[in-house]
Amino acid sequence: MNYRRTLAYAAAVALTAGAGTAAAEGPVRIGVMNDMSGLYADLAGPGSVVAAEMAIEDIGGEVLGHPVDVLSADHQNRADLASTIARQWFDDDGVHAIFDVPNSSAALAVQELAREREKFFFISGAATSRLTGDSCSPTGVHWTYDTTSLANGTGQAVVQEGGDSWFFLTADYAFGHSLEEDVSAVVEEAGGQVMGSVRHPLDTQDFSSYLLQAQGSGAEIIGLANAGTDTTNAIRQAGEFGIVEAGQRLAGLLLFITDIHALGLEAAQDLVLTTGFYWNRNEETRAFAERFNERTGQMPTMVQAGVYSSTRHFLNAVEEAGTVDEAQAVMERVRANPVDDFFGDGGHVREDGRMVHDMYLVRVKSPEESEGEWDYYEVLRTIPGEEAYGAMEDGGCQYVN
Amino acid sequence: MIFDLLGVPPQALLGQLLLGLINGSFYALLSLGLALIFGMLNIINFAHGALYMMGAFVSWMLLTYLGIPFWPSLILAPLIVALFGMALERTMLSKLYHLDHLYGLLLTFGLALIIEGAFRTMYGVSGRVYPIPEILRGGTNLGFMFLPNYRAFVVVVALFVCLGVWFFIERTRIGSYLRAGTENPELLQAFGINVPRMITLTYGLGVGLAALTGVLAAPIYQVHPLMGFHMIIVVFAVVVIGGLGSMLGAIVTGLLLGVVEGFTRVFYPEASATVVFIIMAIVLLLRPQGLFGKR
Repeated sequence: MNYRRTLAYAAAVALTAGAGTAAAEGPVRIGVMNDMSGLYADLAGPGSVVAAEMAIEDIGGEVLGHPVDVLSADHQNRADLASTIARQWFDDDGVHAIFDVPNSSAALAVQELAREREKFFFISGAATSRLTGDSCSPTGVHWTYDTTSLANGTGQAVVQEGGDSWFFLTADYAFGHSLEEDVSAVVEEAGGQVMGSVRHPLDTQDFSSYLLQAQGSGAEIIGLANAGTDTTNAIRQAGEFGIVEAGQRLAGLLLFITDIHALGLEAAQDLVLTTGFYWNRNEETRAFAERFNERTGQMPTMVQAGVYSSTRHFLNAVEEAGTVDEAQAVMERVRANPVDDFFGDGGHVREDGRMVHDMYLVRVKSPEESEGEWDYYEVLRTIPGEEAYGAMEDGGCQYVN
Repeated sequence: MIFDLLGVPPQALLGQLLLGLINGSFYALLSLGLALIFGMLNIINFAHGALYMMGAFVSWMLLTYLGIPFWPSLILAPLIVALFGMALERTMLSKLYHLDHLYGLLLTFGLALIIEGAFRTMYGVSGRVYPIPEILRGGTNLGFMFLPNYRAFVVVVALFVCLGVWFFIERTRIGSYLRAGTENPELLQAFGINVPRMITLTYGLGVGLAALTGVLAAPIYQVHPLMGFHMIIVVFAVVVIGGLGSMLGAIVTGLLLGVVEGFTRVFYPEASATVVFIIMAIVLLLRPQGLFGKR
């Protein structure tokens, strides 16, 4: 008896030491970090926190016998601030896993830290494929979409329709660079040509100068390698400057349903885009979306739905592993379990951290086709996960090759 | 960079010059209001960007909820926002005139956060679309570029309003009272002029200018709660470069910086967000009173 008690005590000490300040027996604590007030706040923001809370409710509110704590923070699209918050969460606040983190620069910073601390990082909002490439981490999972899948979705579709000369309007940070690079690769592989690109600062109001340059390039397709209000402003101003009438076409490489909502169907109709989730696809997605809408007043973006799905998957894995402090045991469950919910549809988490699931190539409906508020997309094609995300060997993740 | 410079055809430069002037006219209108308020009230009006945003939103609301089109709201929206501004001045700002600049700045900064926060809660950050008025749709092909009719309209209106305000302040009797009020309010009061009311109206005029700019901007940019936050920092730089309180300085510098920014977007787009501040730093080092400042 005595012997057994000593053993249990030793194990507890070992676990506590491994977890820093977090108590071994304490509650599982997760943090949702994103842009809560800036240009990405509608597509992630407070809605992502609601999504995480819904996931916790849906698994019964408790993991390992304790209620799950949720923290949230605003990184204001600054990588340095994201890093500071993550450090405080991991080192002082006993956070086990961070979720969401749109803005690729911020996500890359958090990924570094999470890898160092052996903490979990489930990325939904950020896009750069580097998160499962040269910046991959054994405890990092990239859930919702990435620049590779956008390139293989929208990029490929546009090239197949004959758009083979491109000019890029690129947001000047990690995300824009990644997206431009990935789409360029697809275009060039298909025999197309990239005529040039111009890089604009994140959060730009006036795109007229850039659009004029795109017009001057003579390219058939103007690829918008940006997101949020940057994309919506660029699309509207392209209309104003008669760019589409003059024969050039726009390819919005990353558009969220909140962007379409803000643009209105009149301006957005017929845009083709790639998304990891569309609320009005089947019974299950609609059921989730209605619940989400009741709490937030908007339909979920793919980022918010991804936060729900990844939170739920992670907490189930922790429950099964019986621990949150042993990263390896938890990650084994994360990789072994299929993602069987309305979002993943049987997706799985690859060795390099990529959650491989089907993507959807959609076309934005015209105002006449739309059957109500938020009924915006017609699904053109389901892109199988393997095709959308490409082979793991091409990603460049060090520890799997 | 030299190669880039040579690689740009002259027509494209002409196009960028014109676009720069269009953006510059927004800067000019906003910085004019800011300079006016600083000159008369000695308040650094940090809420200027939020009031500009309000102008755009009020115009959108007039259209969406009441069906009032662009033309009437070009007058109505600035009036509504100016009234709101004057209420702020009467109830809050007027209590701070005898204190250091810093208090006015802090108060208006706080007000800006509250106004922007309120709109963010109501409409989210993605914002709404304001359609371009029917008769100004389309554009003209100038040979070197396609000039949307609406943007041409904006430049013309902005220049007229700027010159009108400048004329009003510098060349009319009421304008001379205003200028006298900044020099020596006590003396002016002794001549039987109601100085506090004059100050309130001046603030209203400055705010109205901001709101008018917002109404003009609504059909071009997405109408969203953070649109003023983008503008205000650049506009502050414009006012500092032009010389605090100098109206002519604000107008000329606004146009000039629009053009400089436009060219930067061609030659070195990565720096387009910072070029204004680099110029500001240089001007502050070489001519701290600003390009058009006295003293």
